[in-house]
Amino acid sequence: MREITYTEAVREALSEAMREDSNVFIMGEDIGVYGGAFGVTRGMIEEFGPERIRHTPISESAIAGAAVGAAITGMRPIFELQFSDFITIALDQMVNQAAKIHYMYGGNVSIPLVMRTPGGSGTGAAAQHSQSLENWTAHIPGLIVIQPSTAYDAKGLLHSAIANNNPVMFYEHKLCYRTKGDVPEGKYFIPIGVADIKRQGKDISVVATSYMVHKALEAAEILAKEGIDIEIVDPRTLVPLDKKTIVDSVKKTGRALIVTEAVKRSGFSSELAAVISEEESFDYLDHPVVRLAGAETPIPYEPNLEKLAVPQVNDIVEACRKIMAVK
Amino acid sequence: MSISIKNKANLDDAALIEAYRKMCLIRLFEEKVDYFFAKGMIHGTTHLCVGEEASAVGSGIVLRNSDWITATHRGHGQTIAKGTDINKMMAELFGKTSGTNKGKGGSMHIAEIETGNLGANGVVGGGYPIACGAALTAQMKHTDQVCLCYAGDGSTNEGSFHESLNMASIWKLPVVFFIENNQYGMSGPIKDMAMVKDLSIRSVSYGMPGITIDGNNLIEVINATFDAVERARKGEGPTLIEAKTYRWKGHSKSDAKKYRTREEEDMWKTERDPIANFKAELIKAKILTEAQDVEIQTKAAETIEAAVAFAEAGIKPNADQLMTDIYAA
Repeated sequence: MREITYTEAVREALSEAMREDSNVFIMGEDIGVYGGAFGVTRGMIEEFGPERIRHTPISESAIAGAAVGAAITGMRPIFELQFSDFITIALDQMVNQAAKIHYMYGGNVSIPLVMRTPGGSGTGAAAQHSQSLENWTAHIPGLIVIQPSTAYDAKGLLHSAIANNNPVMFYEHKLCYRTKGDVPEGKYFIPIGVADIKRQGKDISVVATSYMVHKALEAAEILAKEGIDIEIVDPRTLVPLDKKTIVDSVKKTGRALIVTEAVKRSGFSSELAAVISEEESFDYLDHPVVRLAGAETPIPYEPNLEKLAVPQVNDIVEACRKIMAVK
Repeated sequence: MSISIKNKANLDDAALIEAYRKMCLIRLFEEKVDYFFAKGMIHGTTHLCVGEEASAVGSGIVLRNSDWITATHRGHGQTIAKGTDINKMMAELFGKTSGTNKGKGGSMHIAEIETGNLGANGVVGGGYPIACGAALTAQMKHTDQVCLCYAGDGSTNEGSFHESLNMASIWKLPVVFFIENNQYGMSGPIKDMAMVKDLSIRSVSYGMPGITIDGNNLIEVINATFDAVERARKGEGPTLIEAKTYRWKGHSKSDAKKYRTREEEDMWKTERDPIANFKAELIKAKILTEAQDVEIQTKAAETIEAAVAFAEAGIKPNADQLMTDIYAA
């Protein structure tokens, strides 16, 4: 199989879906000739034209709402929110409109839209361009929330998101964009709501999301040399959450470490910890559930401080050693 | 076909009588709802449009069945004018599964997609971008549908108003922004909240035509909406209409109306009642008699009673329905 980047995988899914269905189109800031702030839509305007690759004014509320209106009336819009931090401006349309309309209108209309947006830190973009706010939307009934970590997952999950008849919040990660992986040519679907074991192991279930999956994989190599064999569970979709895969993994290992980039307090890591504690996995725990998550601070600019604000490979290694040290 | 009262939409006498009937029906509907709320027979809250009937009917009548509207929280008149089933509307207010929204939306969210009612919105200004999106569908699919976006005066201070008018303008979207300026956003007089006398002047910033009209004059509303809809249908882009009107009732069910005078209310009720004034016009044009009017009123009352009977006959959702229709299949 060929290897392509996460960015290319996202672009391939978008292009394949657009070739197949004329109702699929994209709106967003600078997605036209510029190719998007992270180059995801590069070259697409040449193939699909400016009507379907719609370069919008800087108006996140109007972009998000136009996607809602187009979805209600029969299109399958995708919009690129340039940075996931800007959800603050699009939030009414996602939370009060997109998430509610199907239910509030008695199931008489569906909202097949996808919001694609890059989250996360690590690029020196500071506090207003580096957050991980995916749990804001995960909290809202009516929204689906996806956070792919690999190129393969990104393409297959994006195809599923576009084919889904609900508003889907698709969180990419800026540091994932340049990662490479084996990705099949042509269309394939990864079902929404199915977690993936990224590494089999017997000692600790490390439940990691988005870019933290890559850091956990690096940590696993270091820990393996010390005889600690971690299992890495990637939920891939936060809503709906594949509880069973997580619970089964913890039942097997008896230990759980949760790793997210988002701020710890009231973040999705809290939800994952609660699931492990509420389900039958609780009876199998040999150690309290541990969370590694973002520091409770805005993301700082200076590179060293920026790194300190979110879990790093070494933090995962240390946390695992500590868990294993308890007999 | 005879046209005794000139209008740009070339509506004949029968059509204007029908418009009059619809205005009467809306008022009776609202008065009935007011009564039920006062009696505690339906719960939640409601925002009544008594006094604003000409704005809803004069704009709605110009639209085709296939056109769309987005409505506001004060949307009963707008949705009735578009053709939403009145029985199902009443059933919705009663919280019945036979309601437009199966009892899950209530007064602020009446929607009926099949008649082009894309839904009333509880968020002030929430409908602007949604209307743009519907218009975008029409443009991309090359249909000649138009979306009429109802909104209130208060919403013109929301960011979504400005973002949406700009987007509609640069993309020449087939959308008509129709502001029912009833003078107050809840308790906030628009004269204190915006330093322009006519809100339609805001259209200038977005390079689109804007017009301020007497929203209580049915013919004026028909004429302005007709021009705007034609322009949108021809692909020439959006228009901003500001229809000056007045809500006779308070903002919602509990409102002491301390922010305005009884004299002001009386002036609007006695001198600028859109229904009484249009009736006088019809009688003057000799296309309506007092006897015919009595018949119209009687039939409208019967229609409302039938809607109430339909609503009462419906069933309440059971507990299982709490968790249905959260996600689409």
